[in-house]
Amino acid sequence: MTWLTHLEAILPGQDSLMAFLGKHSLSVLLEKNSLVTALFLVGAILWVSSFLSRKLTHGRIHASAIAIFFGLVLAYLGGVLTGGEKGLSDLPLLAGVGVLGGSMFRDLAIVATAFGVRLQEFIATGLSGIIALLLGIFVSFLIGGLVAYAFGYRDAESITTIGAGAATYIVGPVTGSALNASSEVIALSVAAGLVKSILVMILTPLVASRIGLDNPRSALIFGGLMGTTSGVAAGLAATNEKLVPYGAMTATFYTGLGCLLGPSLIFMIVELVM
Amino acid sequence: MVIYGTALLAFCMLVGLVIGQVLGILLGVGKNVGGVGIAMLLLIVLSDWLRRRDRLPMPTQQGVLFWSSIYIPIVVAMAASQNVIKAASGGWLALLAGATTVAACLALVPVLSRIGSNAADSTESPRGDEP
Repeated sequence: MTWLTHLEAILPGQDSLMAFLGKHSLSVLLEKNSLVTALFLVGAILWVSSFLSRKLTHGRIHASAIAIFFGLVLAYLGGVLTGGEKGLSDLPLLAGVGVLGGSMFRDLAIVATAFGVRLQEFIATGLSGIIALLLGIFVSFLIGGLVAYAFGYRDAESITTIGAGAATYIVGPVTGSALNASSEVIALSVAAGLVKSILVMILTPLVASRIGLDNPRSALIFGGLMGTTSGVAAGLAATNEKLVPYGAMTATFYTGLGCLLGPSLIFMIVELVM
Repeated sequence: MVIYGTALLAFCMLVGLVIGQVLGILLGVGKNVGGVGIAMLLLIVLSDWLRRRDRLPMPTQQGVLFWSSIYIPIVVAMAASQNVIKAASGGWLALLAGATTVAACLALVPVLSRIGSNAADSTESPRGDEP
């Protein structure tokens, strides 16, 4: 059995192997390579999702829709376990999930989806994209503001801030701090924005065919109306990957415009009405 | 080389983000205004220009295509890093504000699509499934 003695010479002894596994050195190793750990985990989630998509739904529900849903469930569990704000990535072992899913890689991948898209398609639909953006921002503020009013808020600052949260979870706190809204109201606006973003992720693939979301123009309009970059990015990924660049394009203008209009024009309008 | 494509992509993103940041400062928003969107336009224009001059060999394209094909895994990781607890903890107000806004905006998608297509269809070539 010479090969075994060779193997023993190469591998560490059993004792040190047990120590490696027992003293949590394994988790230290995974932590140190957290981005690689995240790549493996996400790959595994997608593998399970496409298996479920094929076997359970016969491909009716997109694998990426299932994977995104799993992601949200895991984010919830991560939040329960750690009490943190970044879902699964608050677990030290899975910090890499936060890097992989953070804005740096997300934006790089979104830009990459534009590769191969023809410029004419954007120009042809440019005007409806702009209309969708403005309408999306105003409708979000209006509805968010109405809900705030229904819940008893009567000052223009709070109503505008909660309306801003219904735009995106970034427009909310930016508008709120510009208007000196209370921290309780700002927290509510962030929560409203998060609800919106998560609902867009989940609902988009379910209603896509009913709202005619199957071509570049409607995707562009969709992105402008919804505005939440993460929601639109995930919602379109779960619907039809080819539509991603169109929706993402308009959505990336939304938050900036919302932060511009919220504390200025829209606040003035709310003040006039109240 | 593959890295040329990735470097082109990175260049477009950085230039777009800088322009978006400057736009944000000029508008007094303090947030990036459309940086990613501008980067996308830049990538479309630059890659089209390179392709027409035959300066976009397959390896270079692969440097970009890898990142667009890794898009869904990145989005799954993004979903897994969301603050779902906070969304659930905002109570009925947050839930109602978020849900009614989403419902209203989803309902507006076909309305706007129809308006847009009525105005533009006469001048456009017939639209197929291909986005």
